[in-house]
Amino acid sequence: MTEQLLLYPLLFQLLLAILLMFFWKKIDAQKVISIVGGFVAVFLSGLLFYEVWTSGTQTVQAASWKAPFGITFVADTLAATLVLLTAIAGLAVSFFSSASVIPARLRFGYFPIYHFLLLGLTGAFLTGDIFNLYVWFEIIIISSFVLITLGGEKAQIEGAVKYFTLNILASIIFLTAIAVLYGLAGSLNMADLSVLVPKLENRGLVEVAAILFLVGFGIKSAVFPLYFWLPASYHTPPSAVSAIFGGLLTKVGVYALIRIFSLVFTNDVFLGQVLLVIAILTLFSGGVGALVQKNIKKIFSYLIICHIGFMIGGLAMFTKVALVGTVFYLIHDIVLKTNLFMISGLIYRIKGTSNVKLLGDLYDKYPKLSLLMFIPFLSLIGIPPFSGFWPKISLITATLNTNNYVLLALIIVASLLTLIVIAKLWSEVFWKKGKELQPRLHFLYFKKMTRAKKVQFVLPIVMLAGVTLYIGFGAEHIQQVSERIASELINKQQYIDAVMPQTE
Amino acid sequence: MEFLLAIITGLLYAAGLYMMLRRSLVKLIIGLIIISNGANLLIFLLGRITKGHPPIIPEDSKIFTEIYADPVPQALILTAIVISFGLQSFAIILIKRAYQVVKTDDLDEMNTIDEDIK
Repeated sequence: MTEQLLLYPLLFQLLLAILLMFFWKKIDAQKVISIVGGFVAVFLSGLLFYEVWTSGTQTVQAASWKAPFGITFVADTLAATLVLLTAIAGLAVSFFSSASVIPARLRFGYFPIYHFLLLGLTGAFLTGDIFNLYVWFEIIIISSFVLITLGGEKAQIEGAVKYFTLNILASIIFLTAIAVLYGLAGSLNMADLSVLVPKLENRGLVEVAAILFLVGFGIKSAVFPLYFWLPASYHTPPSAVSAIFGGLLTKVGVYALIRIFSLVFTNDVFLGQVLLVIAILTLFSGGVGALVQKNIKKIFSYLIICHIGFMIGGLAMFTKVALVGTVFYLIHDIVLKTNLFMISGLIYRIKGTSNVKLLGDLYDKYPKLSLLMFIPFLSLIGIPPFSGFWPKISLITATLNTNNYVLLALIIVASLLTLIVIAKLWSEVFWKKGKELQPRLHFLYFKKMTRAKKVQFVLPIVMLAGVTLYIGFGAEHIQQVSERIASELINKQQYIDAVMPQTE
Repeated sequence: MEFLLAIITGLLYAAGLYMMLRRSLVKLIIGLIIISNGANLLIFLLGRITKGHPPIIPEDSKIFTEIYADPVPQALILTAIVISFGLQSFAIILIKRAYQVVKTDDLDEMNTIDEDIK
């Protein structure tokens, strides 16, 4: 019973998606199922996390085929943590979707597809097989294609074309990388590969495979030269969709990078250098990009890119302290970016526009809501004791230990750029005297909503702000989790032993 | 055989990339389809081609006694083909819809979202 525990979060999302399809026309029933299901998913993922935390890495061999031959599902601490965060962000966005997405969109199967997306994310975190990872990625992208185009507005379709093209290209490159790696090592199991790959003679081709993986996952996680699809598409769908995309879709790319480069291609100086350069340029270009944007959602899109740089930087250094920073930042970032896009949706509902130039006096009209939004903003900049501050300590310590002074400088510059962007946003959107806008017809303004709906709108933001506060003020707990994950990533032997117990 | 397949794979990748760099939406999708076929062939090629030796253990033996074809790459290709079929059909609907909404096939003209918003 309990040894299958790690499949429960996965199967539950699948069950939920199928169940929701039976209520295709009944939107209200779908909302209830999605939210209640969200709570159950958090509970199941929490259970899995507890199990992994107390008794170590869990594995399930699909159909009991022993490790290198069958498909393995592995939940080490990193995977379990991310599954839990997926469930938490998923619950918040379920809530937010039920209030913010218009019924016309919900009627075309928004919720079933949304839960298929969560299924794909959970699967990608839990699988221990590289081809299976590809399949989960495909589930993620095909459901995200539907979510991004649902509604069929002009901007959405244009954004979707760019999103679609580059994500498919990324998948094909990923598939090519798998082909090369399989041709070299003859295995698809990640634990098995991590034993086989260091022994291979043909180092040149191993390097080629590594770079192909880097490009494939790099497109998905939106790192420096490959990020252009992200700001072109993330602001087009409804904010609830942007929230789950911004919070989790790029992070699953980062997760894959961490997994592949900590398990399969390790101790590679050249790759470390490449990752370092990528991190530096990502930090810079994301930050500068955010400075010049006028659309709130686009500003947040560029901030996603900028902050991916922190995680890649930590991965590039690959010391324990650096990985602690990377993992901590990943945990903090998932919650925060989800929340930011929900906030942008709230601002849009209040004012009817996302253009910073037209917005204003939010603080005057909604002081309590503004203060609520202030919490994620402070965490984003990383003002102590809020959550963005703690991982940066680890990252900066790691740059000093490894003498990467350029990265150190860029981490500080990127933090400063984030501060400037948020300060500008705050003064423009919250403090500035706003223009009187022409009221839009057929637009449900926040103030015209019923009280219950208002609560439904604000509650997920409060919830995630609470989680952010916990990450900030309970940093010790998160630090412990991150340290354990980092030591697991460095000592990959325990992962291999968990998957293939018979090897010495 | 390997040599021929290697050349074909390379050609498919090159043709696919060339088509993707064109400005027309239709050519973009055709490019994606070609390049994903190239990837499938590459799996086939790199999984070692063994002719006439199916991976079936002879009746009078408990293990493989001679060389056999690896069945895994074929399973992978089958999965990849099914997935890319789904994606391609979605892509074709998407470009049809894009043509109806944006009224152009030219990717360079699909830039209204980069302009200022209202």
